[in-house]
Amino acid sequence: MQVTLRIKRFNPETDKKPHFEEYVVEVEGTDRVLDALNQVKWYQDGTLTYRRSCAHGICGSDAMRINGRNRLACKVLMKDLGKRVTLEPLLGFKVEKDLLVDMEKFFDQYKSVKPYLIADAAPASGERYQSQSDRAAFDDTTKCILCAACTTSCPITWTNDEFVGPAAIVNAHRFIFDSRDQGAAERLQILNKSSGVWRCRTVFNCTDACPRDIKVTEAIEQVKRALVLGEVH
Amino acid sequence: MAFHRYDAVVVGAGGAGLAAAIQLADSDAHIACVTKLFPTRSHTGAAQGGIAASLGNTEEDHWEWHMYDTVKGGDYLVDQDAAEILVKDAIEAVVSLEHMGLPFNRTPDGKIDQRRFGGHTKRHGEGPVRRACYAADRTGHMILQTLYQNSIKHKVNFFDEHHLVDLLFTDDGQCCGVVTYELKTGELHVIQAKAVIIATGGAGRIFKITSNALASTGDGIGIAYRRGVPLMDMEFLQFHPTGLRKLGILVSEAARGEGGIVRNNDGEAFAARYAPTMKDLAPRDMMSRFIWQEIHEGRGINGEDYVLLDISHLPPEVIEAKLPDVTDFARVYLGVEPTEEGIPIQPTAHFTMGGLPTNNDGQAISDPSGTIIPGLYAAGEAACVSVHGANRLGTNSLLELVVFGRRAGNQAIKDIQSMEFVDLPKNPTAYVEERIARIMSGDGKERVAEVRSAMQQEMTDNMSVVREESGIRHALESLSSLKNAYQHVTVDDKGKIYNTELMEALELEHMLEVAEVMAHGALARQESRGAHFRNDFQKRDDANWLRHTMIYKTSDGIREDYKPVTITRFEPKERKY
Repeated sequence: MQVTLRIKRFNPETDKKPHFEEYVVEVEGTDRVLDALNQVKWYQDGTLTYRRSCAHGICGSDAMRINGRNRLACKVLMKDLGKRVTLEPLLGFKVEKDLLVDMEKFFDQYKSVKPYLIADAAPASGERYQSQSDRAAFDDTTKCILCAACTTSCPITWTNDEFVGPAAIVNAHRFIFDSRDQGAAERLQILNKSSGVWRCRTVFNCTDACPRDIKVTEAIEQVKRALVLGEVH
Repeated sequence: MAFHRYDAVVVGAGGAGLAAAIQLADSDAHIACVTKLFPTRSHTGAAQGGIAASLGNTEEDHWEWHMYDTVKGGDYLVDQDAAEILVKDAIEAVVSLEHMGLPFNRTPDGKIDQRRFGGHTKRHGEGPVRRACYAADRTGHMILQTLYQNSIKHKVNFFDEHHLVDLLFTDDGQCCGVVTYELKTGELHVIQAKAVIIATGGAGRIFKITSNALASTGDGIGIAYRRGVPLMDMEFLQFHPTGLRKLGILVSEAARGEGGIVRNNDGEAFAARYAPTMKDLAPRDMMSRFIWQEIHEGRGINGEDYVLLDISHLPPEVIEAKLPDVTDFARVYLGVEPTEEGIPIQPTAHFTMGGLPTNNDGQAISDPSGTIIPGLYAAGEAACVSVHGANRLGTNSLLELVVFGRRAGNQAIKDIQSMEFVDLPKNPTAYVEERIARIMSGDGKERVAEVRSAMQQEMTDNMSVVREESGIRHALESLSSLKNAYQHVTVDDKGKIYNTELMEALELEHMLEVAEVMAHGALARQESRGAHFRNDFQKRDDANWLRHTMIYKTSDGIREDYKPVTITRFEPKERKY
């Protein structure tokens, strides 16, 4: 079937501001949006620029706005989109070129919550034990692929530069609720600041945007509850 | 041009690169880790099923059984001293990942849970054993995340979105640095280093149907080869039996480890006919050939080129807890509901067993006697130690990344203490600048994508699960003309900022060469062993071919040499499952 891609283009070397360009592509319904983008780049206009790698929703490279919603281009099929598809870069981050945005702030936010296990020395031999229910407590948030779809769907991040954003909170949650971790207090302190969880207005955009179906809003709520009740489990 | 100097530079930020980088950073060495992506985008993250270690958490297991399986699985082309290190270090490697925070699935008593996987057996082949430690079906994702998290903790210095474009050597063959192309600015960077560790992954994108990421273009392998480093055993490219039809997206062997069954058009669980003991858990090379045979004899689904992977009989809670991602892939990409119907699958190009030959400490070697190339190291899929021989067992790759990534890092730590920085070649970027200029000003009679897709089609047609002389010769001729065509490619994008089109053009040049090395090795090897199956030489031939292929690029063309296989515990036997 024939589909028109309406793509927001911006080349900092030649353009003062972004503009839309249209490309007609011949696709199968089962093609991914990424396949359509590749078709444009490979056979029509090599200047079109975006990130991509695994092409099946696990590396997190190709988050973008597809018909106004944050999605991974490799996880949306053309048959679900109609004859005209609008593709735009994620909101809230500086656009470097076309659909490719500056991720530095995003990874800085991620690093700010100490996203690594903080624990006393491990046993001299063998693994730490963890019960299945303790392991289940943070299972959902281990799925995060750091694609930034959630953070850039959040209206708070569009207007507030300080807010760490949903993805950083998800990754803090992954450790706060890990029974092996002892860094909950310092992470909660970070998330209790004005840049932390209290900025969240429970809009649920993040949950809708997550390509890994992580219950992002629920994770944020669990962190808020931990702060209010002063306990993690 | 920008210039940097580090004690060590790690190229690649997947499992092997990060494992090496963490060791180095921990030693207080001044190091950089270069990646053409962001570290968390590396293809390690796509690995699903597990990481092997004979922990014996759910049933009896021993490293010696694991070693036997690895050697037999590799059709005896495995260097057994290396395999022994792999399986013995496995236990400590998995435990160390747990200590770093990796969220493994757990047994009811809280230990790391383990499951069955292809080719992993108890008592030398008596039946399947639970050896694969796992985190649902996203074990690679969790390893990549955990290593990245720890690299933040250890303050590893990353060069994100820097594309490796050249390796620098002194006149007497010492590796002394790398050249990278910074995507954000289009600037070339020279990074001088005493130790250069190549951990750039595999080259599956040379094929049309592949489970590999678009980034898996064999950069380190191809660039080292161009600079005179030999490549070992490149004819051994693993085809994973269960890729999603047409797309090649991986459906983990864990699906079969948990009880999934592959069925033909008659609904028959045909693997049992070929491998009566291990059935659907026969090693990947065999499973792929069984599927090929079924399709070849007309028992593909509706006579077409695929069969079905059936997990519909598994309890929903097992699917939910242990196979959530692969079921999601089937739903999203094929519109199939795996809890009710079979998943259409076919073999997909998956893992590059060959690569830069190294010793057991990750030091690259230049000849069959093991002469070390000073300053150059390799680990992971880009390397060939060789722990996988002619066919890798599932879950041994994640293990290799951690074990040999760390060993390469540790060896580099030792070496840099006694090494001095040596002078770089004059005009270290001249060669790359000339290539870039040539692409920018090419006549444009050919498009990168057209040359690339012709190569991919050719390799999938003639270098797949079953090969024969005429097809391989066809591939070689075709690659030769595609190399000529490549001389005419250009790019639309003449800019500096994020010129990803130029990156694709640069990748294609060495992909064509790596493809040629694969085909060359496959033509020479007149036998069938592991993943390399020759229809015209269907038997393994130990008398002539129990040896590693080493292929060199020389000014007179391609040269072959052969390296003996190290055999310590297990003499080659016929391989039955």
